[in-house]
Order: sequence, then C-alpha cells, then structure tokens
Amino acid sequence: MGLSLKLQKKVEGFTLNVEWKIGNELAILFGSSGSGKSMTLQLIAGLIEPDVGIIRSNGSLLYDSMAGVNVSPQKRCLGYVFQDRVLFPHMTVKKNVAYGWRESYRPEMADRVREMLHLFHLEGLEDRFPSEISGGEKQRVALARALIGRPKALLLDEPFSGLDRPIRLELSLLLTEIRNEFDLPVVFVTHDIFEDYALPDKIIVYSGGRIIQVGSPNEVFDHPCEAEVERLTRFHRGMGPSYR
Amino acid sequence: MDPSVLFSLRLSIQVASAATFFIVLIGVGIAYLLAMKRFRGKELLDIICTLPLVLPPTVTGYYLLVLLGRNGWVGRPVYEWTGWNIMFTWYAAIVASFVVALPLMIKTTRASIESVDKSLINASYTLGHSELGTALKVTLPLAKRGIIAGTILSFARAMGEFGATLMVAGNIPGRTDTMPISIYAHASSGDWSKANWMVVFFSLISGLLLYIANHFSRKTI
Repeated sequence: MGLSLKLQKKVEGFTLNVEWKIGNELAILFGSSGSGKSMTLQLIAGLIEPDVGIIRSNGSLLYDSMAGVNVSPQKRCLGYVFQDRVLFPHMTVKKNVAYGWRESYRPEMADRVREMLHLFHLEGLEDRFPSEISGGEKQRVALARALIGRPKALLLDEPFSGLDRPIRLELSLLLTEIRNEFDLPVVFVTHDIFEDYALPDKIIVYSGGRIIQVGSPNEVFDHPCEAEVERLTRFHRGMGPSYR
Repeated sequence: MDPSVLFSLRLSIQVASAATFFIVLIGVGIAYLLAMKRFRGKELLDIICTLPLVLPPTVTGYYLLVLLGRNGWVGRPVYEWTGWNIMFTWYAAIVASFVVALPLMIKTTRASIESVDKSLINASYTLGHSELGTALKVTLPLAKRGIIAGTILSFARAMGEFGATLMVAGNIPGRTDTMPISIYAHASSGDWSKANWMVVFFSLISGLLLYIANHFSRKTI
C-alpha cells in the first residue's frame, strides 16, 4: 500500500529531481511557488511524462522509464483535485459526482452517488450547477467526484486556496475523515502551511525542484534542517496549535 | 410567386442543408484534430482546409473540375464504372458549397474547442474517461456555442455560394439554378423585377442568419 516515486524532469530553466515514499497517510508537499510540487502531482497522474523515473501506487507500477511502462491517466485510478476546483460547468452537482464513477454497472452507481452526496454534505444541492454553489461546496463536490471511483491515492493541488478560514477549517476536518474512511495515501500540495489545519503525518519540503527535508510536522517545525526550511516555516513556528 | 423563383429558393435551401450536414459531420472532426492533436502535416491540413476561404471561387471550382470532371482523378473511374458523372447536377452544387463553406465551420469550431479549459479535459481523463468519451461528454458540449455559430455561418455561406457552383453545376434553369445563379442570370438578361425580389429576400435571410450566429458566438458563461 502507499505511493512511491523517483522522478526527474527537465523543463526550460527548471529541473525536478525528487524521490519520496508514503504509506496510507496524509502527506503535505510544502514549498514556495515554482518549487515543483504541482508538477509532481501532474507527473503522478500521468498528465505529463518525466524524463526518467519510476512511480508505484498500491504495489503496482504506473510508470517506469527503464521498463517502458507508462499507464495512461485513465487507468492510473487516482483521485486528482485540481487547483481552482475544476468542476464541469455544464453538469449538475449530481452529474459531476456521477462522472467519477469508473465501472459500467449502473444500478449500483445511483446508490454510490447518493452515499457520496450524503458523506460530503451535498444533499439539497444535487440539481444545482457549479456556478450556483459556493467555493467550499465546489471543493466538496470535487472531492466526492474524485473519491467515488475508489481511487488508489488522492492528489490535492492547493485545495484551500481562495477559501475563507472557516471553510478551510471545515474542509480540513473533512480531509481527516476522508483519510480514515477511505484508507488511502493523500498528497496535499500547498505553499502556505499555515492554511492547512489538517494534521499531516508527514511533511515533504520542496525547494527549487529538490526535496530539502522530510519528516513529521514536529521534526520539520522544531528542527528545520536547512536555513531554507527555517525561513519557510518561520512564521508558523509555535503558532499552529495542531502541530504542538 | 413565380415558379422559377420558387424553384431556385427551394434548390438553394436543399443544397445548403445537404452541404451543411456534411460540413458539421466532417468539420467538427477536423477542427477537433487541429485543436487537440499534434501530428505531422497538421499545418498542411490547416492550410488546405482554409484555402477555399481566400482562393477565388473560380480556382476552387477549377480544382473540383479537375477532380470530379468526366476526365478527372475521381470523376473518370466513377464514370467508367457507373456511366454517371456528377458535373452539372445539383449534387455538384452541394460539393461546391461544402468545400467553400467548410473553412468557416473549422475556424469557428477550432477556436471554441481551444478555449475549453484544459484542466476540465485533464480532470475527465484522471476520472477514467477515454479521449472519445471526454470529447463527447465534456469538450464538444462546452464548445457547443461555437459549433452552432459555425453551423449557421456555414449554412449562410453555402446558400450564397456562386462562383465554384457555376463552374461545376452550371446554370441549367429548372435543374441547377440556385438563387445566386438565378440572380446572375436574370440580371444579365435585364429581367430586373425577378432579380430585385430575390436580392431583397437573400439579404434578409443572410442578415437574419448572421444575427443568430452572433447571438451564439457571444460568450455568456
């Protein structure tokens, strides 16, 4: 179980070179903008291809440049929640959630959709369109849509950006529930650790396409191993009650 | 109304409808390829599909003659096999309208497909949907307004097709004289009253179609 990767990717003026491994836990990829966090998610999902690397999810090989393995994004079975809560604007909330259903057996689908709508507190919004619901509601729809197909890992790209504090708090509680309920690796990308109230099991600190520290929140916050980590976490040290 | 005018009107609508049907069928496919895919010869395909927009209709008509005429590349084998040739039938008018109006469909549809948020398409892929499924359920429905606008513009252009049509379908009264050709014939023989009526009618129809096309190409989301 879990997710492991070793990736190298060169684009204009930037080189990503990372290697990490997580179990069924909540891991935060943390670092300033442009450090390669979102790129890592796109590589895991198969939306872009690395130059060299290996990606394993739940024991199965998704990508191996040496062996010539490259599973298509459709078959990787990963839940990806995009930045800016990308919902299909021409589908209702219910249809958006149902769109994530991966099997063809339809009768069961209706039950699962209802279950997900309940789990993500979306009852009463089924027939609304994305333009008619709030940002927090959109994020819950995006999560329900990503999780209904029982993915092997959940990838979240800046899921709280642009949302108010109470909504973030509510969503972070929901994330903790998700981790317990679905028992899968959750990778959470953020450039602002203070907005992430969810208690991560692991923090992976990115800088300029490299990993500069991996550890539990306490380790990273109390013993930053490099000046860079120290600088990134300076404002948050001693302020986040969830880390103490 | 004069029966010959009525015939021309009916023929024009018939030709434009048939041409538009094939334009939608083929134009959306080509527009999708040009908008979403990278392949060898893409630029060439784009140029070939756009050429009829800038070439004199007589040049387009000339190519069609070379291709479909009784001694043409496609026309000859068909003639030898079936004894039938498309030239100077109203089917030739459909082909001419198709070729001349196709670029409008491709340009409009391509632009609207390109404006669909790439994240939505990627989201569909990560949710396990194939490329075809994604195109049918996400990309094309979101490009719908552009496709409708392109369809209407193509229909209007197909209705108005004159030069290439004259070359391949000719001006056979009661058989291939679509409205634009009939107007030309009446005007050149000094029969102004019939021509007047058709000119006014044509202008009104085209204006109305442009109004509807504008309505659809305006963004509302």
